[in-house]
Amino acid sequence: MKQLIDIQVKTTHLQIDECYDFVTDPSCGGLALFVGTVRNKNKGESITKLTFEAYTAMALKEMKKIAETCINEKGANKISLHHRIGDVLISEKAVIIAVSSTHRAAAFEACQYAIDTLKETVPIWKKEFLVDGSYWVNATP
Amino acid sequence: MELILFGIIKEWVTETDIDLQENNIQTVKDLKLYLLNKYPQLNSLSSYMIAVNQTYAEDNMVLSTDAEVAILPPVSGG
Repeated sequence: MKQLIDIQVKTTHLQIDECYDFVTDPSCGGLALFVGTVRNKNKGESITKLTFEAYTAMALKEMKKIAETCINEKGANKISLHHRIGDVLISEKAVIIAVSSTHRAAAFEACQYAIDTLKETVPIWKKEFLVDGSYWVNATP
Repeated sequence: MELILFGIIKEWVTETDIDLQENNIQTVKDLKLYLLNKYPQLNSLSSYMIAVNQTYAEDNMVLSTDAEVAILPPVSGG
C-alpha cells in the first residue's frame, strides 16, 4: 500500500523538498506547506539559539495521531511532519508540515490543525538561549 | 520503577528510579503527590503530565514496576 504519512524527528537540517516530494501526488490539486523557523527575538529579548529536546518515541506516536486525523477527518491525502531536535540556530527550520489534498481548503485546514495540535500534544521542549542566560519555554505561567 | 525526565523537570527531580511499594505508590495520582511533596518546585509549572508506556496517563491509572513512566513538563515544540 502507498505510504500516506511521513513522520520524522531528527537532529539534522530539515529539507523542504523532502516533505514536498513526499506529499505530491497526481490526485492532489493543492498542497499547503508550513515552515516554523527560529526567530531572533522573543518578548523583546535577543535569542542566540534554541535547543529542542524530545521524548522521541512518544513524539513520533503523537505526530502519527495528528497525521491520521488529518487524513481520516480533515480531508488530507498525504502528510509529512518533520521536527528538528538538538541545537537550532536563528532562521533555521524547526518544523515542516506539508499536506496535500484534492482541493485547497482541506490542505489549509489540515496544515493548521497539524501545527496547532503539535504545539499542544507532542512531547518536545524548547529551551531559549539569550545573551545572558537560558530558560525552558512555556514551563512556568 | 524507572522514571524518564525531560526539560525543566530534569533540572529539579534527581531520582530516576522509584520504589513503588516502599513509597506506597499505586496510581499516577499517588506518583504526582509523591513528586509534589518531594519536589515542591513542580508547583511552579503551568502544568505537567505523566506518560505511561508513551501515552498520556489519567490520574487513576495503576502503575506497574515494568512500565515506562515519563514526567512531561508543558510542551513547547513547533
